[in-house]
Amino acid sequence: MVFNLLKRFFNKFFKKKKHIKLGFYGPVNSGKSSLANRICKDWLGEEMSSVSNIPHETRDVVIKEEVKMENNGKELKFNLVDTPGIATKIDYEDFLKFNMKEKEAKERAKEATKGVIESIKWLEDVDAVLVVLDSAKSPYDQVNITIIGNLAAKDIPVLLVGNKIDLKGSNLKRINNAFPQYKVVGVSALEGKNMEEFYTELFNLTD
Amino acid sequence: MLTLQFVPYFELQNLDVDSKVDKLLDIAKTNKIVLVEGKLRPEEESYLIQKTMMSIDKKFKGVEICGVDYKRKNEQFIDVLKTSLARLLLGNREGFTIIGPASIVREIRRDPNKIELLTSSVKKRRK
Repeated sequence: MVFNLLKRFFNKFFKKKKHIKLGFYGPVNSGKSSLANRICKDWLGEEMSSVSNIPHETRDVVIKEEVKMENNGKELKFNLVDTPGIATKIDYEDFLKFNMKEKEAKERAKEATKGVIESIKWLEDVDAVLVVLDSAKSPYDQVNITIIGNLAAKDIPVLLVGNKIDLKGSNLKRINNAFPQYKVVGVSALEGKNMEEFYTELFNLTD
Repeated sequence: MLTLQFVPYFELQNLDVDSKVDKLLDIAKTNKIVLVEGKLRPEEESYLIQKTMMSIDKKFKGVEICGVDYKRKNEQFIDVLKTSLARLLLGNREGFTIIGPASIVREIRRDPNKIELLTSSVKKRRK
């Protein structure tokens, strides 16, 4: 941990990072991969991850390198790190509800548990993080608190992204109230809503 | 019947992260809800999640966790000093942590003022 802090201090003051390793973190089905895809579509014209309504669609860490973005005349290069959603429980029977065969459901559950472990390991290796939350759900979830607490302890810059603002129950104020010390930006990754503000806040985060 | 097992701070204070998490998970695996005195540190929470994922099998489906902290408003300097001194001498016992096996606790809902534990049977009855 001390080593990480020293590394961050050194990078901040003595070395201009060429590529910013940007982690996408959050609970399951909050739209991390949809946001990563939206960013890739905006800047590269292609997607990077598969998305689905079935929980734990992303079960491996997916990396997209060399994503060049511009904002207000400033240019930055990112390596996007899309991580599997973090959960505290996984039951293969939940996947059966999506018409999945038992064998397939068990395999998905097994892969999902490994994915969660990988996600947490990657916390050691990112420069900045987008914590992607479903703005239509309560933010007072232990997974969110644990992720944000770990990032704060490691002194990693965080931007909270309230995704799914196109949904009726979306409530960004609730996220603001739950985590008042962080900047919150609302987007709809699916519909590409409010992405301009998102990019401005992303550049502010990495300044 | 729900069984709640209280784990006082002194039982965990001299354990390393690994042993602490193992102890708490071992209790949760026996289908008891664990009530821990004091809050786990963020790295302990993430390690608990990792160990939980490693432990998932046919019987054990994971846990629901909820850490509760007290937030004092408008704290005076002298109060901050007193709290810091107490933490230094006695350890950080503020707040508590609930760890419930997923087979019993389906969901822990909380807002700033209340915590609701939805158990499997309650949820089934509501359907």
